Amino acid sequence: MTAVLVTRSLVKRFGRLRAVDGIDLTVEEGDVYGFLGANGSGKTTTVRMVLGLVLATSGEIELLGERMPRAGRRVLPRVGALIEGPAHYGHLSGRENLSLLDASGRGGSWRTRSRRVAEALDQVGLGGVGRRPVKNYSLGMRQRLGLAGALLRRPELLVLDEPTNGLDPQGITEIRELLLELNRGGTTVFLSSHLLAEVEQLCTRVGVLDRGRLVLQDQLATLTAPTGSTVVHSPDPAQVRAVLDGRVLSVTGDRLIVRGDDPAAINALLVGAGVPVTGLALDRPSLEEVVLAAAGSSPDRVDAIR
Amino acid sequence: MIIVELRKMFRRPRTWATIAVLNALPIVVAVLLVLTDLAPRPGEGPPFLSAVLRNGTLYPLAALAIVLPLFLPIAVAVVAGDSVAGEAQAGTLRYLLTRPAGRTRLLVAKLIAVMAFVLVTVLVVAAVGYVVGTTLFDAQPIGGTSVSGTSLTPADIGGRTLLSIGYIAVSMLGVAAFALFFSTLTDSPLGATMGALAVLVASSLLFTLDAASPIAPYLPTRYWLAFVDFFRDPILWRDIVRGLALQGVYVGVLLLAAWANFTTKDVTS
Repeated sequence: MTAVLVTRSLVKRFGRLRAVDGIDLTVEEGDVYGFLGANGSGKTTTVRMVLGLVLATSGEIELLGERMPRAGRRVLPRVGALIEGPAHYGHLSGRENLSLLDASGRGGSWRTRSRRVAEALDQVGLGGVGRRPVKNYSLGMRQRLGLAGALLRRPELLVLDEPTNGLDPQGITEIRELLLELNRGGTTVFLSSHLLAEVEQLCTRVGVLDRGRLVLQDQLATLTAPTGSTVVHSPDPAQVRAVLDGRVLSVTGDRLIVRGDDPAAINALLVGAGVPVTGLALDRPSLEEVVLAAAGSSPDRVDAIR
Repeated sequence: MIIVELRKMFRRPRTWATIAVLNALPIVVAVLLVLTDLAPRPGEGPPFLSAVLRNGTLYPLAALAIVLPLFLPIAVAVVAGDSVAGEAQAGTLRYLLTRPAGRTRLLVAKLIAVMAFVLVTVLVVAAVGYVVGTTLFDAQPIGGTSVSGTSLTPADIGGRTLLSIGYIAVSMLGVAAFALFFSTLTDSPLGATMGALAVLVASSLLFTLDAASPIAPYLPTRYWLAFVDFFRDPILWRDIVRGLALQGVYVGVLLLAAWANFTTKDVTS
């Protein structure tokens, strides 16, 4: 496994504010990396530094094995990006927008341009959009067009900031399928989002940012691994407590957390004693619980200092 | 990249609307002159206007003189001010830079596109002025009189008109340099345009003030009307050369500042 993106003690200071405060990211080849954090936690600033838009105050960035921003000219054509929503020239059609974007940088002959543009449009489901100007597109169509722009170069790494913003549920599913398919084809995906559900369904690795610090970075499977307890649902919690004698860790309504990682054995025990069981599962923390435990309150919240 | 920028600029309806509006004023002036036959007396009003009733081939120059003090600089400031800040405001700048277009390359392409706009605009105004002048007024193919009173051959007038167009284009390049520099400072195209216009208004204002005479030779608008000197016989080069040198210094310094700022700035738009 080679690292596609590495940052070492990356810092960005805006005046006295440390927007990004010593981040060490590692994104491996083939990952679908979920970069989580509340609004204002420094996600976008980090993404912008990685792409060379914002210059870091200190620290190092290695993108596809080369130092950024110095190697931007060589490296960025191999990276597709969607940063803080799509942006296009409203008076031109989607096709023309992509063609202009493609022509503004090196690499990729103009001979194959119209074919590549058509392919990218097909990939995101805009193949038949025709000549109407982008200003008449819906929010979801613009989002798709932005994604098409990121795919134009068949990138090795996709850096996506809130890619499903403005899409309807069908659109979200469709884009998720597309990203997973690209990932199976070898594309590494770096997904920045505050939508936990989206990240949980899509990502293999997760990094959590809180007020400019990376408070957590691990495999999703490890983070949400079984805790060794079992969740039991029963309309008669008191009886469960009596039967399992001391193994019940907590009770909330009809939901009990029971020590022991063998639901079948627990079930046999309860049913044998005639206790009704309506639900049974291994206890795993949801990503939401993991993130909330790692990160503090929302940085949007500004409390008065007393 | 340059072709991309030119395509963007000249496929924009706004570019052509600006040029059309710019041509409207000289046309209105020409129509009024024909209807009333009241030309300003020599030495009054915009240069060359007094002469056009007698010789319509001078109208391109009169048209340029009409738009030069205000309309043309506004148009140039709008386009140049929009060049970087407009992309920033629309959000397309971040996609261009991550494409990657290269910051220096993008700035150079923007500059060339603005120069192309200046040139096209000046040429269109001159061309429309010629068409209007030769259809509405008496055209004298035999030549004309210079400002100094000697007569000029048609070839002379043609050549000197071209020189004037070039000189005006250089003067407008100075405006463009101001607007482009401000355009790299702000994410608001309106702010960049207004900044450049504020400089021009301040310059024109100071120029009329006697107390400002020590700095008058360095004001960016000081030598704008020196293109009239191409029509003296012999050509009076003094102010023209000074004007070119002054614009050269302004353009050089401002473009350097724009480059230094743009290549080191955080793009947060």
